[in-house]
Formats: sequence, C-alpha cells, structure tokens
Amino acid sequence: MSGDGQGTHGGAHWFDDDAGPVVRPYAMTRGRTSSAGQHRLDLIALVVAEDVTHDPETDHMLSPEHVDIVDLCREAPQSVAELAAGLDLPIGVVRVLIGDLADDGLVHVTRPVPPAELPDESILRDVINGLRAL
Amino acid sequence: MILGRSARGKAPVEPVTLKILVAGGFGAGKTTLVGAVSEIRPLRTEEILTEAGRPVDDTNGVEGKHTTTVAMDFGRITLREDLVLYLFGTPGQDRFWFFWDELATGALGAVVLADTRRLEDCFAAVDYFERRRIPFIVAVNCFEGAERHTADAVQQALDLDPGVPVVLCDARDRQSVKEVLIEVVEHAMTFAADPRQAVTS
Ligand SMILES: Nc1nc2c(ncn2[C@@H]2O[C@H](COP(=O)(O)OP(=O)(O)OP(=O)(O)O)[C@@H](O)[C@H]2O)c(=O)[nH]1
Ligand SMILES: [Mg+2]
Repeated sequence: MSGDGQGTHGGAHWFDDDAGPVVRPYAMTRGRTSSAGQHRLDLIALVVAEDVTHDPETDHMLSPEHVDIVDLCREAPQSVAELAAGLDLPIGVVRVLIGDLADDGLVHVTRPVPPAELPDESILRDVINGLRAL
Repeated sequence: MILGRSARGKAPVEPVTLKILVAGGFGAGKTTLVGAVSEIRPLRTEEILTEAGRPVDDTNGVEGKHTTTVAMDFGRITLREDLVLYLFGTPGQDRFWFFWDELATGALGAVVLADTRRLEDCFAAVDYFERRRIPFIVAVNCFEGAERHTADAVQQALDLDPGVPVVLCDARDRQSVKEVLIEVVEHAMTFAADPRQAVTS
C-alpha cells in the first residue's frame, strides 16, 4: 500500500563520531529518518498533547523543536502535516521528533480513518454540507 | 513543575481529519485551486533517496544517496470544530511516486486538474488513481483563450470510465472550487456504494 517497506530497522541508529557528516535537514534528529518501532505517521494523523504535569522545557533531552511541537499541540491537536508546515520543518524530521515525544509520553498520535476504508457515509454528508456552507 | 495547559480547560476536541488530493500537470492550476478555498501553506519533505529513488531508513552511509526536497501545497479547511478537511497538491514530477503513495493512502478522493491545452499532462495522474482505485474526478480548468471543450470531449480524450465525473471549473474562483470538492466527495460516496466501480481497471 504505502510502499514504505519499513519495519526492518530495529532500534534507532545513532551517529558515532566517525560517521560522515549528517545530512543537514536530519541533523536535529541525529541522523534518524524514522523513529524506532513506529509506523510512518500519516500526514493527517493528529498529535495530541498528553495531560502531563511536567514541563517539557525543563527536560534537557528535548530540543527546542520538540518543545515547539508540544506547545502547539497543547493549544489544539495538530496534524503531522500542520506541524511540519507551521514549524517549517521537513515532514520526515517532524515525524522523528513526534516519535520521540510519543515515546516520552508527552503526546499521543490518533490514527485517521484506516487506509482503504472510507469514512462513514454520515461523515461524508457532513463534509458536503460543511463545504456548501463555507 | 507546571500544569499542562489542557489540564485547566476542557479537553481539546480531536477532530476527524480527511484529505483530498489535487493532482494535475505542470501549471494546471493546483496551487491556485488549493489557495482559493483554504489558507495555503507550503509543506516540504526532504527525503534521502537511494539511487533507486526510494527513501532510506536512516542517514548512515549516505554516500551515493542524495537529499531531494519535495514541495507540495497544503491547505486546511475547518468544516466544523470537529471536522477538518486537508488538501494536498501533489508534487508534479513523476519521479516522486513514492510520495504519491504516501499522500494517496487514506485519501477520501482526488481531483485531477486538466488544462485542455495540454491534456496529456494529466494522463499519469489519471492512470495512477485508476490503478489504485482511488475515487477521482477530472476538473477542467478553463483558462481564458483555451478552446472550450465539452466535458464529454475530455471524457473521451482521456478515455475515462463512464462513471468518472468531468466538471469544468475556474481554479481561481472559490465557489467553483467548492463545487469541485463537493463533486469529489459525492463521487467517493457513489464509488463506495457501487462495488462495480471499484473493480474497473
Ligand atoms: N486564466 C486563468 N489562469 C489561471 C487559472 N488557474 C490558474 N491560473 C494561472 O495559471 C498559472 C499556474 O497556476 P498554478 O496554480 O501555479 O499551477 P500549478 O498547477 O500549481 O503549477 P505547478 O505547481 O508549477 O505545477 C498561474 O499564473 C495562475 O495564476 C484559471 O482558472 N484561469
Ligand atoms: Mg503549484
């Protein structure tokens, strides 16, 4: 289906010192282009902030970009695509960062309607009515 | 320690999210169409591709691989607080098929924008959606000066299945684009209800 043929890569791969230069856009993910054990997140999957009491800004494992994502999601759930567009980061990078946050329990990701399955007819009617009313 | 913002108010609504793809040849009006109905933002992905043009899983040993930036149009239409429709303008170049697969997965349907001066530019998109059995309609963008084609003529020229709707539109006009999108959703409903539609190819 989505032809991403993943699932073979085990743990995250980290760069060690003698690895070559990190491909630039992936520097902030330390070279990872996908996060461990995660399916490629759908572009319209929603990232929802968990109702946690700890402040991500005090978590030194997190980059400023991680913190930005949590902040945006706390205002309202955001799709993966919106986060990438809003933070002006490539989709691949945002996916890895979201994976880290999910592993840390700071966000969870809701699945959109499963591929190859159309949403309910009632939802489609709502979409049509919503478009008419725009 | 501070409280998460959501702890203070009601839980945020988690809307249902849907997507429609906008495909078509170079300069067919994809960006214009998405911008006519939504706040448009560029979305990019920087994939590290192998020689074979597939994305790689990590950047270890990237010698012989290259990063490719794929840019696309991205629009959001908030239909209701709990219902959001996203539009994705697909990248034009055929070599980004892997990215089309990703966009197409889970899509409600698609619009193939056709420019009648270069109808053949949308063959690839038509083929793609037919093969994947993704419900799509063809919207003919009526540029001025372009010969007016009837929907029937376009239907024949593209050799479309009889069930595939062909509509004329003006990609700059919000009302016209709304109608195009409504047509896609209606077609998706018919498509789902009629299994014969889903097995033509
Ligand atoms: N007259 C007229 N011009 C249009 C219409 N739609 C788009 N244009 C113009 O045609 C040009 C190309 O439109 P775009 O929306 O950029 O087309 P595109 O498909 O996004 O192009 P690429 O991304 O380069 O493939 C722009 O200059 C638009 O202003 C239309 O319906 N009528
Ligand atoms: Mg464009």
